[in-house]
Amino acid sequence: MSKELEYFARKVVSGLMDRRAFMGRAAALGASAVMANTLLSNATHAQEPKKGGHLKLGLGGGESSNSLDPALTLSQAPYNVIAQIGDQLVEVNPEGGLDNRIAEEFSSSPDAKVWSFKIRQGVVFHDGTALTSDDVLKTMQRHSDEKATSGALGIMKGIESMRAEGDLFEVTLTDPNADLAYLMADRHLRIQPGGGIDDPANGVMSGPYRIVEDEPGVRHTFEKFADYWDDSRGHFDSTEILIINDATARMSALQSGRVQLANLIEPKIAELLARAPGVNLERTEGRGQNVFVMHVDTAPFDNNDLRLALKYAIDREELVEKILRGYGTVGNDIPVNIAYPFFDETIPQRAFDLDKAAEHYKKSGHDGSPIVLRVADVAFPGAVDAAQLFQQTAQKAGIPLEIEREPGDGYWSEVWNNKPFCASYWGGRPTQDQMYATAYLSSAEWNDTRFKNEEFDSLLMQARAELDPDKRKALYSQMSYMVRDEGGLIMPMFNDFLDARTDAVAGWVSNPNGDMMNDLAAVKCWQA
Amino acid sequence: MHPVLKLAAQRIALGCLLLLAASVMIFVGTLVLPGDVAQAILGQSATPASLANLREQMGLNDPAWQRYFHWLFGVLQGDLGTSLSNGRDIATQIGSRMGNTLFLAFWAAVVAVPLAILLGLVSVLYRDRWPDKLISGVSLASISLPEFFIGYVLIYFFAVRLGWFSSIATIYDGMSLWEKLNAIVLPVTVLTMVILAHMMRMTRAAILNVMQSAYIETAELKGLSRFSVIFRHAFPNAIAPVVNVVMLNLAYLVVGVVVVEVIFVYPGMGQYLVDHVAKRDVPVVQACGLIFAAVYISLNLVADLVSIVTNPRLRHPK
Repeated sequence: MSKELEYFARKVVSGLMDRRAFMGRAAALGASAVMANTLLSNATHAQEPKKGGHLKLGLGGGESSNSLDPALTLSQAPYNVIAQIGDQLVEVNPEGGLDNRIAEEFSSSPDAKVWSFKIRQGVVFHDGTALTSDDVLKTMQRHSDEKATSGALGIMKGIESMRAEGDLFEVTLTDPNADLAYLMADRHLRIQPGGGIDDPANGVMSGPYRIVEDEPGVRHTFEKFADYWDDSRGHFDSTEILIINDATARMSALQSGRVQLANLIEPKIAELLARAPGVNLERTEGRGQNVFVMHVDTAPFDNNDLRLALKYAIDREELVEKILRGYGTVGNDIPVNIAYPFFDETIPQRAFDLDKAAEHYKKSGHDGSPIVLRVADVAFPGAVDAAQLFQQTAQKAGIPLEIEREPGDGYWSEVWNNKPFCASYWGGRPTQDQMYATAYLSSAEWNDTRFKNEEFDSLLMQARAELDPDKRKALYSQMSYMVRDEGGLIMPMFNDFLDARTDAVAGWVSNPNGDMMNDLAAVKCWQA
Repeated sequence: MHPVLKLAAQRIALGCLLLLAASVMIFVGTLVLPGDVAQAILGQSATPASLANLREQMGLNDPAWQRYFHWLFGVLQGDLGTSLSNGRDIATQIGSRMGNTLFLAFWAAVVAVPLAILLGLVSVLYRDRWPDKLISGVSLASISLPEFFIGYVLIYFFAVRLGWFSSIATIYDGMSLWEKLNAIVLPVTVLTMVILAHMMRMTRAAILNVMQSAYIETAELKGLSRFSVIFRHAFPNAIAPVVNVVMLNLAYLVVGVVVVEVIFVYPGMGQYLVDHVAKRDVPVVQACGLIFAAVYISLNLVADLVSIVTNPRLRHPK
């Protein structure tokens, strides 16, 4: 079997077979998805990367107000910039495991409370100084400091103390956490000299490329950092990011060959793009989710029957088909899916069922006043259309859903996490623990469904400290059922990441953690 | 004092007052937008704690009038402040963006203004005959189409299909003048098409208006050629309204081309302003608003002065 699979994998790499077909063949041969994926990425690695050349990326999601400070990065373009110039301790790989980067190895105490990372020797920053465990410590301290307003502040919360000694960096937690190493893979946590405390936005880090020109919202240029420690990365002599926020302009730049990679492909043009000569659509089944959230502590959403009525009244298949044009998967009212480790795939899929919706609606005893759903297109692409489809199916079940369009400006401050029922999105997290802790723990600041359940909280803590995979899986399963059947989340669909590359770029391996190979496209790809 | 100088001084003083009023209005405008800069920067990932920190850091807790006057005195000393969202010096950033905007506006004007006036003259020359109708028809059609549509059509044919020009007009310091010009061919074409009709029609109307005068009849009776009558005798008296329209369009080229900038990925002022409005970055919005207002006011000032200078009756008021 494996010989045949390897043959197919080589075919994929040389472009004679697409990834989807390969996975199909692999399944037919009885290989698990994970095994097939590993094989495929091994085959890709086996192809010798070519050195040299200049790579141009056309990226949406950049603004002239962007900064090089990793703590302040929030959108695609700056994420790609810091991924080229910086390194983390560890990195989540396409198979969902962890790759060591600045950390040469890591381990935890048996109770998962103390974690130690061995810092790689011989890594230098772009200014020529050597990277030490002290730089790591200071970086982590800066991100834990409330004043730095880091996007990673939330995940640094559970840390009691940190220390650096020799080549050792050690983290002690207030409560056990079996996933701490995953937290260290957060994209904001790029190691900076002296932690970047003096000048966080100077762009000096330890990545495979160094920044040459930095014009936020326009272009960023990079050149290969000659002293980079890892030869398997940074194959281009120089790279360039052009910020192209207009989707049509991005596509025409790609088609005319002005850029070789583009992100944020709109589902409605993906099909057309895939057919264009010399252009490849790269589809990544990820964890990004388009959702509707209800506050379970606010009438009328404090009634579980009403919540269930709404959950049954949404036609998920239709939404995936019409809003995502098939580039996505149906959700099941839980914020995690098969892409997450320890996911219980036996949880039954909630189906579109108008009879059940009507039955629950009747049972809820709702007075028939309009149920207002607030929505704006910034919530997710096509959010307004999705809400309208939802409204139509809800009406068939007799639920008086009313749509209120809100301005996109100020949506995240005035509507989301503020009004009782609105559309939103989540980018997903590397682990179930993080996803639940970010938005479903009673004390979470982003608990956008106001889901407060003591039993759930204690299960989460229990799962976090649990090192036995089977027990962990069972705990997460239990929690999933609670959110699914009692929570305020209506989760119609997980959206795929859609990127595109021209034939001039080789070595693409999708990573479900983020688009553009989890921001590493420029770092891992090479000239074809 | 010479009456023209006096008039100019009056106009400039009035312009400064207008600018001040504009700065107040922009400031008030940014205050009434929902959410503040801290909220806009942190977006969905805002937590009460990080919000409070950021507000503290940015001095957003001071009263509004205090922030306004603090900023105003800075500007009077040539200091536009630092951007709240990325901590960079605004003056340096605006400097290069403004340079780009002026570069694009300059080349669009160099193409569009002479072309519009020439076409206006030709229209008058062939009034109500097919060249006139053709020129009016084409230019009115191009002004009626939204600029993004014209932009996309040009990109599709000249960048994607034919590959003659770049669909991305990004220019930067290391480029030679020739490379820069090559990059902006398509946006300049779009802008020319958008502003052409307005100026052309005004030239045509103004000259036709003058053509009714008795002295034109005299010129014709003297046996001058029709073109010479229009160009030498009618046009000088039609300059004032034409200059007014030209100035309005030049102002548009500087302050109103954000759509074209987005489509062609051109790093100009419009995109810069829009990015910072979305972030509630008040110092940048103020600075851009002030510069835009200054451009409008000074171009109109020039138009006024030109009409005075070209009109002897205004030049020597009784």
